[in-house]
Formats: sequence, C-alpha cells, structure tokens
Amino acid sequence: MSRLQRHSWFEADARARIAGLVDADSFRELCGPHERLTSPHLAVLDLPVAFDDGVVVGEATLDGRPVLVGAQQGEFNGGAVGEIHGAKLRGLFERARRTRPAAVLLAIDSGGVRLHEANAGLIAISELMRALLAARADGIPVYGLIGGSCGAFGGMGIVARLCDALVMSEEGRLGLSGPEVIETVKGVDEFDSKDRALVWRVTGGKLRRSLGDATTLVDDDIAAFRDAARSLLARPVPARDLAALDADQFALAQRAARHADARDGLDVWRALGLPDPTAIPMLDAADFNRLLAPLSPTEAA
Amino acid sequence: MGAPWNQRAARRARRLERLAPLTRGRQIAAADIIAALEAAIEPGDRVCLEGNNQKQADFLAGSLADCSPERLHDLHMVQSVLALPAHIDVFERGIANRLDFSFSGPQANRLARLVEERRIAIGAIHTYLELFGRYFVDLTPDVCLIAAQAADADGNLYLGPNTEDTPAIVEATAFRHGIVIAQVNEKLDRLPRVDIPADWTDAFVVAPRPNYIEPLFTRDPAQITEIQVLMAMMAIKGIYAEYGVQRLNHGIGFDTAAIELLLPTYAESLGLRGKICSHWALNPHPTLIPAIEAGFVESVHSFGSEVGMENYVAARSDVFFTGHDGSMRSNRAFCQTAGLYACDMFIGSTLQIDLAGNSSTATLGRIAGFGGAPNMGSDARGRRHASPAWLRAGRERAGDAIATRGQKLVVQTVETFREHMAPAFVERLDAWQLMEDMGMELPPIMIHGDDVTHIVTEEGIANLLLCRSAAEREQAIRGVAGYTPVGRARDARMVENLRDRGVIRRPEDIGIDKRDATRDLLAARSIKDLVRASGGLYDPPRRFRNW
Amino acid sequence: MERFTLSLPSAPCARADAAAALCGVVSSGNLEILVDRGSMADRCDIEVNTSAHGFRDTWEAVLTDAIARHAAGGLALAINDAGATPAVVSLRLDQALEALEDRA
Repeated sequence: MSRLQRHSWFEADARARIAGLVDADSFRELCGPHERLTSPHLAVLDLPVAFDDGVVVGEATLDGRPVLVGAQQGEFNGGAVGEIHGAKLRGLFERARRTRPAAVLLAIDSGGVRLHEANAGLIAISELMRALLAARADGIPVYGLIGGSCGAFGGMGIVARLCDALVMSEEGRLGLSGPEVIETVKGVDEFDSKDRALVWRVTGGKLRRSLGDATTLVDDDIAAFRDAARSLLARPVPARDLAALDADQFALAQRAARHADARDGLDVWRALGLPDPTAIPMLDAADFNRLLAPLSPTEAA
Repeated sequence: MGAPWNQRAARRARRLERLAPLTRGRQIAAADIIAALEAAIEPGDRVCLEGNNQKQADFLAGSLADCSPERLHDLHMVQSVLALPAHIDVFERGIANRLDFSFSGPQANRLARLVEERRIAIGAIHTYLELFGRYFVDLTPDVCLIAAQAADADGNLYLGPNTEDTPAIVEATAFRHGIVIAQVNEKLDRLPRVDIPADWTDAFVVAPRPNYIEPLFTRDPAQITEIQVLMAMMAIKGIYAEYGVQRLNHGIGFDTAAIELLLPTYAESLGLRGKICSHWALNPHPTLIPAIEAGFVESVHSFGSEVGMENYVAARSDVFFTGHDGSMRSNRAFCQTAGLYACDMFIGSTLQIDLAGNSSTATLGRIAGFGGAPNMGSDARGRRHASPAWLRAGRERAGDAIATRGQKLVVQTVETFREHMAPAFVERLDAWQLMEDMGMELPPIMIHGDDVTHIVTEEGIANLLLCRSAAEREQAIRGVAGYTPVGRARDARMVENLRDRGVIRRPEDIGIDKRDATRDLLAARSIKDLVRASGGLYDPPRRFRNW
Repeated sequence: MERFTLSLPSAPCARADAAAALCGVVSSGNLEILVDRGSMADRCDIEVNTSAHGFRDTWEAVLTDAIARHAAGGLALAINDAGATPAVVSLRLDQALEALEDRA
C-alpha cells in the first residue's frame, strides 16, 4: 500500500502537533478544555466558542528535558488571539520563569488578534509579548514552530520574531499584514493575493529561511519539526547581551540594504547567488538546505 | 433563371466577398475584428460561439458583443456553454435573442433574469452530444466562431491538447456552406500537427491574449473530508469491486476525486489493481495521477485537456491519447460517445434526489443546464456488446424474469445534507418550481430515476436494480437518506427487510470499518503531493498552489 | 446560538469515572465534543450549543442513535457546534465514545 509515510504538520490539529513534538505520553495539559475557559466576548456576540479558546498549553519533556508547550488551533477563528487565548499563552511564559524549563516551544498558527474581541484581544497579545520577552530575559529560550494553514501574521507575526529561533516548513508563512489586506489597501499591482505562488515566495518558509528570519527549514512532517526542536534544545542558550543585540541590528541593517529592491523571493534568491531561482519552490527541504549551506551565515544561524 | 439549389453556396460567396477587404490572405487583423464579424454575419443568422466547458473563444465573444445591434440583430446563438459575461452581453445588447445550449453554470443567474424579463427565447437545454447531433440536423450554424491554438498562413489550424467541441462544430458549419472564423494564440510557419485543414476554414485572427481556459477538473485533495473518504470506500468495495467495473467515467467533484485517490491505497489493499478502473472516459484529472503511477490505468480518453496537465499527459503517452507531435488529443463528441456506449459505469454527485431517484442540480433563480451528465448518466439502450458488469446489472434488474439486455451502472453519490443543512433528499425537486417560474415544458431533471442504479450516501448504498416496486424504491431511497426529513419518514420495518435482502447495504455490511475512513487513506493529500507523484510534470495553476 | 440539554438512557460506560476526552475542532461545518464524568450511571447527559437554529429534533434523533450504539451511561457530553451535518456529528460522537472504549 503506497500510503503516505509522513504525518503532515499542516493537517494536524494542535494536540496532534504537540503529541508528535514532545516525548511520547509526556504532555500534561494545563487550563484544558474540561475547565471550559471559553471566550466571554464571543458569547456576547452569540458566536460559537471553543472549550480551550483555540489554544493548547501544558508541560512535557523533550529528550527527557522539561519543556513548556503551546499550540494554537488554526481552524478555530483563524487561530486568532482573544482574551482567554492570550492569557493562557501569557500564563505559559510566566510559568516558565517559575519552573525554568529547558525551553518554551510555541506552535504558531494564527492570523493575529481576534478582531471580535477588539481591545481585549490587543491587550492580550501585548501582554503575551511582554511575558515572552521577560522569560527570554530571564534566560529561558523560546522557540517558535510555524507550518499551519494560518501561518504567523499580525501580532503573532511579531511574536514569532520575538522568539530565539524559528522552525518553519515551506507551507508555513510569516508576515505582518496579510496578503489580502495588502492588496485591498495598496492594489493588486502591488501585491496579487490570489497569486498563491507569489504569496509563498514573499512570506513562505523558504523565503524566510533565506532571509534568516527562520533558523531551520523542514518538510511538512511532524517528525521533522520534532527533530528540529531537539536540535535547538541541544544547543547552548542564546546570548542576550548588548553585544548580541548590536550584532542582530547590524545584520538586519545589512540585509535591508542588500535586498532593498526585492519585490519577490526570486529577487532575493538571485541576489544570494542561488542557481535557478524559479526551481526553488519545488525543492524539498533537504535539497534546499544543501543549496543554502555554502552561503555566508545569515544572522539567525 | 438561376438554379435554385445552391442558395447556401451563393450566400456564402457574398459573405466572403464582404469579408475579403478585411483579410490579408486568411488573416484578419485584430483591430478589424468587429468589422469582419459584421461583414461575415447576417441578421437572423444561427451563430455557434465556442463557449466550451473549458476553453473560450473569448476575444471573438467580446468582439461579437461589441458589434453594432443595427448591423447584427436577431441572432440565434447555439453554443455548448455560456461561461463568460460577454455570452450574456450579446443578448442584453440586442444582438441575439434566441439560444440553444447545454450548460451555463457561471451565467445561470443572469440567464434566468433574461428569461424572466422576456429578453431571450430559449429553444432548449441539451446535453452535449444531443446539441452536436442537432448541428447536423436542425441547428446547423451559419457562422462559427472558434478557438484554436495556432494557424498557419494557409488557414490550417492546430487545436493542441484542448480540442473539446471544435471538430464537431467546424464539420457541421463548413459542409453546409457556413463561415468558419477562428481566434488563435499564434500564427506559425509550420503547425505541430494539422487538426482542422484549411479547406474547412475561412479566416483567423491572432487574439491579443491567449484564449481563456477554465481549470474545471482540478480538485484540491486538501478539501476532501472524512465523510467523502468513507463514501469512496463504499463505492470501491460495494460497487466497483462487486461488479468488476473496468471502464468508467467520473463526473467531476470531490466525491469522485476521493475515489481516484483511494485507488492506489484502499483499492490496492483489496487486490483490485487490474480488476477495476483500467479504461477511462475522463478529462486528465490531476487526482488520477497517483492511480496512473501505481499502474491501475491502461487508457484515458478525454473531452478536453486540463490546465497544468499538458506535460504530464505528453509524458504518459501509453495512457493518454496523444498525437505524433507529442501533445494530447481530446474530443468531446467522441468522449461523450465513449461514455455512453463503451463504459460500464458513470458515477457523479448531485444536489437533489427525490423518491423516484430523479436527480437534479437545478436550483431556483438559475437556469444552468447539465452539460454532459444526462448523457453519461443514462443507460445506453442501443448497446449490444456484453461485459460482466453490464450483464450482472441487467440480470439484477430483470429479477426472476429472463434478462434480454444488460444495463449500464449509473451511480449517484451524495451526502445526505449539503451546506447550511440543506437536505439532498427531497419529496419534490426544486426543478418543478423552476419549470413553473421559467415557463419550461418539462422539469429540468439531470438524471432520471429509472436510469439510476445505485445511490451512495454516508449511510450506505441503495441498489435500485433490486427494487421490485415503486414502494420498495421509495423506501430504499429513504433508507439511505439519513436524518433528512425524507430519511426520518422511512418505514423502519421495510428498510430492515430491504437491508436483509441486500437492497440496502450499510458500511458494516460491506465490510468497512468507519474508523478507517480518514484522510490518511488518500494517496495524495495536497496539490503538492500530486505534483510530487507526477515527478514534477504536473504544473498546477496559481490558484491551487500553497508553496 | 441555540442551546439545549438532553438526558438519554444508556448502558453504563466502564470507564465513566476516568472519562475525559475531546474530539473535533470548532470550525465551519465542524464541532467539538467534550466528554466528562456524568451524574448518573445509567444516563448520558448531553449539552448542545449550536450555531444552526431549528434543528433540535434532528439533534435528538442523531444523539439518540449514537448513544444507543455505545455504552455511554455515567458520561456527560458537551458540544460546541458550528453547523456540522448529521454525518459529521455522528462521526465525531463515534470517535469520542470509541476513544473511551479503546482505553477500557
């Protein structure tokens, strides 16, 4: 039977992603659905709620080491962050400062703030950002994993880049304003959101890896995400001093200058000197990473 | 006194005379197209515009709509499909006022409004093969406006992979002294192959943009649901394997896409490779790629091509019909004929089924027609050659009597509820209301109940061949209609009896564990998987990519 | 949202006191089912929150048949539904209740 051997991260829901990411049977959910912490705002609007408000948080181990894990449910309201959802993630980071795990793993699958919840959603995502930065400042590494249908946009795009490192699959996307929003505001000549291949060349995992926003590019396979997380966990805690920040800033300024005129991933790949840019979207992760390897190290490597 | 028997030839000569100043050899300049159409067409003409299911002579359509209604009016349009806004514009602008067609999905609402406003007279809705047949009897075009890939200076035409209706249209028009005008994507010194000889054409224009082709037959595996996987398993084990279906057509849809993607996995695990699905009348569905690669498929003949599949088809010339130049050859008329006479099964989805098994996709406020479905979904009484599936169906239908003929399997597969909890099973089809609203002579029924042999829902399979009365047929249908009002009104005892007799079979009766019905069973779960399965030969249109 | 509750008789579930399961996601055409310990050993308490209005009797029919297929006594089911069809509801109910049976 030629059944597919991979377990797709893209297709999996939040709990299936966590189950495949951490050590078998090690996950213990906190603030789980049985506590029914549902959104009061959606209820007021007479909209369906979810018992976990679209995010799963808890503790587990990875290679035997304690980790805290959060995974957003992209299918519920586009993974958008509401008051409860944001509070669960903020609580996860505050817990990290108390229990001091080896890392916090954040499986991001979200378009950003849940607009239904207006200010409550904005505040929630801001608090989550603060709590994440506080955990990092306290020496807890935070690693993001992006490979779902919503990608990481809006406020969650910012959250993604606040992480110490990002693992992305090619199906994953990372950005700020969503493609449809850009097209609506700036016109289709600026960005044709229906040209999906273009959208992925501008916000997708391969492009993000090429620019250094993502540290690791993996295939759409839960086991590949797991291996990438394990590798990140095995390396020393990233430096957070002023020197490290200055180095990051310098690299970003260089990058901005180098790709100032790029309008498409193809331009970036050409500028990097990669052979046959138009063929890049069809490469699997291993071939793409081999292509990238000889280049000068990007800032997140 | 002039001979009265060459009027048509004489009229043709006058049209060509008026057209001559606007052509250089056979070529019309794009800037002159409106003048050329106004010269070649006469008021009251019967005009065939190539609005096919997939490819569109869009430049000619838009130009025709821009002609002056003073010069061109009272045209009678005969065309397969009204797909483009321009196809309706010709009516709204008073250029045409009569229509015979087959399908109008994209323009169904506008067409209904034109009928309500009495600005159009519809001759009839046809199935494709029926319309082609009438091109040779009483609907012969005076002028046809077609789409081809390329022309040479002499006026020979190359149709490329997407042939569809063109040969039928051109033959009827050319040999009754009509005018054949083609829009082409390019003019070449030498064509890869000659599909329409110059002797059959009159003029061509190189269009400013390549003719539009709709990717109608591409289905993203990412959207296939667990319920559709379950129904696909039932169809494969409960019908394809049971009857040994080797020659078939799939109506396009996610239900049949799920079946195609289960062949290399589920059907393979049942040992069915080589025993089912060897020969297809089918467009090159991307979702068939894994089954082809797994060795299930011996041959595929197609109505047209499918955007992005050209290189894959060319590279699989053992399976597909391809020319000496290497590119695909398709033909709607012959493929519809194959589906009628040379296939043992049609399976497709629908929107509504009533208690007699009549099936329709007609909905209120829309005049859409059914395209090829009435043909594919009909028993072919003229058939004489036997096959195991055909004979068995005929015997089941005959029951205790001696069978004098076989029967083609016509399967309708549908979930009991559609979006917004609209039931698929109804006491009375919307088609009856539409008939009243639009002043039609008959209710627009897609497939007649007496042609339907099986109905597959998530609740099971109803075999209508084994029903001995209208009452049994009604209960067999109610028995698979789930929790719809029609289903809940079932006679529970009769349904149990039908189940005992095997007229109704539940998944467990077929030996299917519903827990196995997951998306993991699909041989490809995304468009990207299909591209990989094709070895990179399949090049999906932009709208289907997510990488 | 329409909200209603049902209490249906059912054979006692062997794992009722350890019952905890969640099936499905609240997205368009889908639903989530939360399984908890219930109050009475021979009844299954069900709470339905649905965005589709006017289908209570359909829900009752679907739930009655599903509960009859399983030993669900002593369980409480809570459902958040965003317009799933009976086919999907039946599937999720079977998944949720079979998950408990498998653990037995």
